[in-house]
Amino acid sequence: MQKRPTFLLSMLFFGLTFFYVPILSMIFFSFNKSRLATVWGGFSTQWYGKLFSNKQILDAALLSLEIALLSATIATMLGTLAGLALARFRQFRGRATFSGLVTAPLIMPEVITGISSLLLFIMMAEWIGWPSQRGFTTITIAHITFSMTYVTTIVQSRLMSMDMSIEEAAMDLGSRPWQVLRDVTLPIISPAIVSGWLLAFTISLDDVVITSFTTGPGYTTLPMLIWSKVKLGVTPDINALATVIVLVVALGVTISAIILARTEHRRERDIQMAIAANK
Amino acid sequence: METEEQNTESSKAGFIRIESVTKKFSDFVAVDNVSLDINKGELFALLGGSGCGKTTLLRMLAGFESPTSGRIFIDGQDMAGVAPYDRPVNMMFQSYALFPHMTVSGNVGYGLKHEAMTPAQRQDRVKEMLSLVQLSHLADRKPHQLSGGQRQRVALARSLAKQPKLLLLDEPLGALDKKLREHTQFEISNIQYKMGITFVVVTHDQEEAMTLASRIAVMDQGVIRQIGPPSHIYENPSSKFVAGFIGSINMVGGEIINVKGDTVEVLAPTLGHSLQVSTSSTFSVGEKVSLAVRPEKISISRKRPATTANLLKGTVQDFGYFGKDSLYRIKLPTGHLLSVNTVNAQRLSGEEATATWEDEVYLTINRDAAMLFKGDA
Amino acid sequence: MSNISNKPHANWFNRRGWRDIIIVAPYAWLIAFFVIPFIIVIVMSFAKTATESPPFAFLPEWPYIRFETYIRLFSDSLYIRSTFISLYNAAIATLLCLLIGYPMALGITRVNKSAQRLLLMLIILPFWTSFLLRVYAWIGLMGKNSWFNQLLTVIYNAVVPSSWEVTGFQLMNTNFAVVLVMVYSYLPFMILPLYANLEKLDMTLNEAAMDLGSRPWQVFKDVTLPLSIPGIIAGGLLVFIPASGELIIPSLVGSAADPMIGRVIQQEFGSNRDWPMASTVAVALLLLLVVPLVLYNHFEARAGKAGGT
Repeated sequence: MQKRPTFLLSMLFFGLTFFYVPILSMIFFSFNKSRLATVWGGFSTQWYGKLFSNKQILDAALLSLEIALLSATIATMLGTLAGLALARFRQFRGRATFSGLVTAPLIMPEVITGISSLLLFIMMAEWIGWPSQRGFTTITIAHITFSMTYVTTIVQSRLMSMDMSIEEAAMDLGSRPWQVLRDVTLPIISPAIVSGWLLAFTISLDDVVITSFTTGPGYTTLPMLIWSKVKLGVTPDINALATVIVLVVALGVTISAIILARTEHRRERDIQMAIAANK
Repeated sequence: METEEQNTESSKAGFIRIESVTKKFSDFVAVDNVSLDINKGELFALLGGSGCGKTTLLRMLAGFESPTSGRIFIDGQDMAGVAPYDRPVNMMFQSYALFPHMTVSGNVGYGLKHEAMTPAQRQDRVKEMLSLVQLSHLADRKPHQLSGGQRQRVALARSLAKQPKLLLLDEPLGALDKKLREHTQFEISNIQYKMGITFVVVTHDQEEAMTLASRIAVMDQGVIRQIGPPSHIYENPSSKFVAGFIGSINMVGGEIINVKGDTVEVLAPTLGHSLQVSTSSTFSVGEKVSLAVRPEKISISRKRPATTANLLKGTVQDFGYFGKDSLYRIKLPTGHLLSVNTVNAQRLSGEEATATWEDEVYLTINRDAAMLFKGDA
Repeated sequence: MSNISNKPHANWFNRRGWRDIIIVAPYAWLIAFFVIPFIIVIVMSFAKTATESPPFAFLPEWPYIRFETYIRLFSDSLYIRSTFISLYNAAIATLLCLLIGYPMALGITRVNKSAQRLLLMLIILPFWTSFLLRVYAWIGLMGKNSWFNQLLTVIYNAVVPSSWEVTGFQLMNTNFAVVLVMVYSYLPFMILPLYANLEKLDMTLNEAAMDLGSRPWQVFKDVTLPLSIPGIIAGGLLVFIPASGELIIPSLVGSAADPMIGRVIQQEFGSNRDWPMASTVAVALLLLLVVPLVLYNHFEARAGKAGGT
């Protein structure tokens, strides 16, 4: 009796077309021989060759990766602590402020976060003489600040849905608090911590507004480089760069999705076998 | 076109007619060639374990599934291609499916939105329904402010509000605790009697089916095994499956060693004895049979009874006191265990009245109490 | 050392030292790098521009601060206008995201589990690629010589009378482009919370409504839509808030004549070196966004209460 939801499925199709046509068009034109990025002038892979010999782009990509790795790691540590605090400590002084504080950076417009971070670094240089130069450190600090709150949100919601009696069982069986944390709590929330780190990493890698406010001379991240090039117009070498990025991301997401689907599949099979064995 | 008179006369029986209905989900046959007639004003139960096809059959009546083959008629009308919202059928869902964003009266009145009624008539109907289930005082509550039993009654009122020709109830008492169930099952029977609507109840609980329904269909693996009034199904199960599914039973294998009129003598090696059993079926000497006796049909005593026919001796292995009755597990000399159920009709005092652990007891099985099924146990 | 708590229901967090580290580290970080910077912005908004470096100063005597920038905020039409344009663009983008995203999210819930996973991945995938590059992709499509613009032109010319024919559309550097690219960039933020909400809805409620005589569209109107309001609000705010402060999209595809507020802040701060004014606009924007947030929290709390049994 249930009819196929034709309208909904055609909207899905339309939406996915909307998502992918610009990206596919961009990939298509990365193989354009012509310098004019929007008019087809024959097939060529020359822009990829130029891309991989462009030291400016490679340096920027390396800097972005370094910042993303460092900031995501520290943000994950701080964010996990904040998530633990909010999920496990029912009351402490300033809890309400704290819980507001970890959501605030999520909704703060990037321009404001950028300007306020820059003002802080300028005032600190005035008052305590540090940082004398803005660059790697200041960008990393700014990235940690806004990406840690994403980690907190993920970890906190995982902890909230976790069965507290598991921790109590470990205590009951003689584990000291730090052992409970190490043996029970952290292993159970580890998928949330990993996805928090991945999110922090991508956000850092992708950020341009906050970075452009907190950077200093000589420190150009990849998004900033793209930003400055894009302002000048569409060029085939950015198309090539975009294609490489899209492919790397697609590959990463696909692989992780396959791994996830496999473990899920195995889990379901195990559960079914366990049920069958009990019959 | 038939006239009104003829129609009511002819449709009293077979008001709901299910004609060789089969439902397949890819390879799985959920309902297998089921034919069934349900009379007008009847309280009919579909009873079976999980996956027996009872819910699928119910959903086909409601219109949420369509049969792979076969036809369903309600009041003479073929239901093929009729959408759920166009059927004169309402359903009380197992989860109740109350709309969480509407009040109690909003829920009860929801189906009436689609009826040709004035707002005043609609309001009257809602009030009438709420008083029927004794919830008038909670009309403005939201479902999450109600107890389980109250929600159940809202769901019942909502499904009755449109006065459907057929009401489907999916495990209506399943989510209620024991006390509430007993109360509610009488309430449902009363309401059904008052409104005269045909009810079809789906349940896995045989007690629920037996107290509610005037007729029961026992289903298993997509097939109906037996249809009949509760007492008939309990006392005269047509198969070993039904006998085992409804109530508890002692079942042993045996062989016919003597036939005398409608009484046969069965040798049951596990009992270490032969028993006289009266039966309406015909058996021949040497035939393998299964012998079944319900625990409450065996009488137990510590003194040796006068009769010697169908008398067994054993010791009390296990003993459970449940207040209104007691359950014994009696170990026979062969080592076989028999369940015996006695009703504690008198207030017992002291030790003299009841048998207890390790006591030697005598069991008598009336020749009318035992049932015989063809084939080995 | 071995000061184990004797309280009933003791948990690992009962120990003072643990608590302190777990709370203080992230708390201190956020205060140092989020609260203090924002306090500086607020203080800065009461200063005046100066020629020295850094380019601001406070009045030398009482009351030390001045409100000149706040007066300018309301007297100079630039700020009011750009605020209005920002809110307008963000509202239109949010509405379009809802109109496109709602059927998509509902559609995902109507297919089987493995297809759901695939569709969600397809929707999230563009979101994991660079935001800038997604904007850039549209720049490539919107140029007058691009195949997309040409395609639109051909379709348009085929429909309208010949006197209205055009040789190409001016898409770049318009408000239309800003809204279009914002919808493109923020659509996943609408779909994901809506999907999370719709997926949890009990399908038997739909069946119950249908059983009581409602046709599919009535079921949608009476059951699905009212129950998905929390998802609509969550998705709406996730689109509206970042869209109203958006900087990248208006600077790349927007028109300089219709600036959005984010761009104004950046210009005041950067090219005009008017830090107090930039700070004032920032404070004003934040106040504007706090109102929907408070509303959101209010709705969240109510939804939480209604959800509890």
